[in-house]
Amino acid sequence: MGLPLGAALAACGSSGPTRPGTPSGGGGGGGATYWYLSTQPQEGVRTRTVERFNKANPNGQIAGTTFQNDAFKTKIKTAIGAGQAPTLIWGWGGGTLRSYVQAGQVDDLTSWFDQNATLKDRLFPSSFGAATIDGKIYAMPCETMQPIVLYYDKRSFDKIGAQPPQTWGDIMDLVPKFNAQGIAPFALGGQSRWTNMMWLEFLFDRMGGPEVFQAVFDAEKDAWNNPIAIDALGKVQELVKADGFIKGFSSITADSNADQALLYTGKAAMMLHGGWTYGSMKQDGGDFVSGGNLGYMNFPPIDGGKGDPTNTVGNPGQYMSISSKATPEQKEIAKKFFATELMGDQAVKEWVATGAVPIVKGADKEFAASDDAEFLNFVYNIAVNAKTFAQSWDQALSPTAAEVLLDNIAKLFQLSISPKEFATNMNAVIGK
Amino acid sequence: MSALATSATAPKRKGRGGSLAWMTVPALLFFTGFGLIPLVGVLVLSFTSWDGLGDIHFAGVDSWANVLADPGLPHALWVTFLVMALSWAVQTPASILLGTFLANHHRYRAVLSVVYFIPLLLSSAAIAIAYKALLDPNFGLGAGLQIPLLVQDWLGDPYLAFGVVIFVVSWQFIPFHSLIYQGGVRQIPRSMYEAAELDGAGRVRMFFSITLPQLKYTIITSSTLMVVGSLTFFDLIFVLTAGGPGDATRVLALDMYVRGWMASQMGPASVIAVILVLVGLVLALVLRRLGGRDASHSQLEGA
Repeated sequence: MGLPLGAALAACGSSGPTRPGTPSGGGGGGGATYWYLSTQPQEGVRTRTVERFNKANPNGQIAGTTFQNDAFKTKIKTAIGAGQAPTLIWGWGGGTLRSYVQAGQVDDLTSWFDQNATLKDRLFPSSFGAATIDGKIYAMPCETMQPIVLYYDKRSFDKIGAQPPQTWGDIMDLVPKFNAQGIAPFALGGQSRWTNMMWLEFLFDRMGGPEVFQAVFDAEKDAWNNPIAIDALGKVQELVKADGFIKGFSSITADSNADQALLYTGKAAMMLHGGWTYGSMKQDGGDFVSGGNLGYMNFPPIDGGKGDPTNTVGNPGQYMSISSKATPEQKEIAKKFFATELMGDQAVKEWVATGAVPIVKGADKEFAASDDAEFLNFVYNIAVNAKTFAQSWDQALSPTAAEVLLDNIAKLFQLSISPKEFATNMNAVIGK
Repeated sequence: MSALATSATAPKRKGRGGSLAWMTVPALLFFTGFGLIPLVGVLVLSFTSWDGLGDIHFAGVDSWANVLADPGLPHALWVTFLVMALSWAVQTPASILLGTFLANHHRYRAVLSVVYFIPLLLSSAAIAIAYKALLDPNFGLGAGLQIPLLVQDWLGDPYLAFGVVIFVVSWQFIPFHSLIYQGGVRQIPRSMYEAAELDGAGRVRMFFSITLPQLKYTIITSSTLMVVGSLTFFDLIFVLTAGGPGDATRVLALDMYVRGWMASQMGPASVIAVILVLVGLVLALVLRRLGGRDASHSQLEGA
């Protein structure tokens, strides 16, 4: 319930008391600044990582400030636009990072990574895609990878005596069976819009491979008119029409975790959602996760589809850039932080403890000790084996195109526009 | 000598005529700083292209052409108008009736008026979050109390979502307007009702022939507040529906926010802001004309 309020607060005032990156006017001051998200358990890991760094570096401290998710998105943009960005700019890479690069607000880290090749080798290569703009690296990938996973409730499948779907055809067959039992086939927090988007990401990939969306990303003219795209958009509408999603899904937000609650309370049988929901379902779902009722799998293939079924989409990592407006001292502190604690051994251990997979090669060595070893290994293997780990569309595209995309996705799921109209609306913002 | 004389008389003269003008300075400063300067800024921004991050480029009338050609604008204008008209149509009769009811000096009515006042004490965001939780089709009030009628796709169906917005807005603001009407009704001289009673008029007749006409200026005041206020509804709708489903509840203020902050197009967002200001000014002017023409005219005619 915290997120909507945070969003509203961000809307009310975008210039509250912040701690902008202080220019090194004062002698001893001039430490680096770092803003990060306040959601637990991730906040704790970030805070402790900074504390460790500060303990080891008494002469070059980092001052952290925490923000709510949606408040952060607006706030960081305002601060950067006003030239008062924190030294360390945390984000999701992709289109937003590109807009920072175009405005000349973040430093090019390519040569720094060349000098620190061991650090670069330590991290998953696939995580660098969203940090790379026009062949140059502008951010250090960090924290955890979060592929989108098809979760299911084993109890519901036992109830109707069925197996988890192996193909899209299976999914369509399961829909009437679950509905007949009064169980919604899929939970969906449709008001959040990006939740619907995850469906399209997989349908596009499984049917046509990553090339279909890549064409949009590369700003090819009328890329959405690709017959495969139209077909995939139609498929999701078929699922909506068949009552594949829980009744009233457009009233449900992901921010309140109501979609996850539908799964662990047995009201819905399956859910397509990010890897991060495993931790919250474990925390909120009583014995749902610990009792072994939660199943998970990669999105199944679609008959006749060209996409590789090992592909996945989601967040290949989080990203940390250095503000170009920071002082040389601040930049030094930031680089030292990158090289030492940010993805250091202790940080990797702590990220694993949150039930997530850090973007560090060989992180699976840490899994054995964890209660969640099975899930962690599953996510790790998805990431290792994926031919492509595509970034979420709304993160990959520019903010302008992403907003139009989310708007049209909501209408597509409302059945108020046809796939053709969707394609026309989206073609209009290609490359914007 | 003469200089001394003038300087001695000057403060005196100022003390009479000048002191009042001087008192407006703080208000003027605030209005200039927080009203006029941002307004000019927005007007300038509406002729530029800016993503909120990089440099601001002059773009002529691009943003204006862009926004005016966008079918989203007439839609947002229409939604804004509907919110305005419907919330007025729901709130005004309810507020007049409640205000008249509460104007009588009974203890139980005083207690009720305190109870009615509570929604006004809550922030819009808190109200929106509470309603969102209550209306959740799976975990909300309907599901909890097992009342099938209440289990609807409240925020997911375009018409229902619109209705919910009107309802919640009314729920929040009826107390405020009731208070205004309560004051208005209490100003009406008792003698008019006594005269009507002597003439044999019933309660309903008295309400329509005395109370309503006497409330004319109160109605205009309250309507101006409602109509102009409804232009700026943002927080409540943003939290409740985020303008959705689709764009069913995307009012102008929300459209401005979405374009500016979510789509990083400050130019077109500023165009919407300017349009919002213009619409607000025109409305306020029209409403002033409606009521203000014969402001010197006594309401207490015949009393």
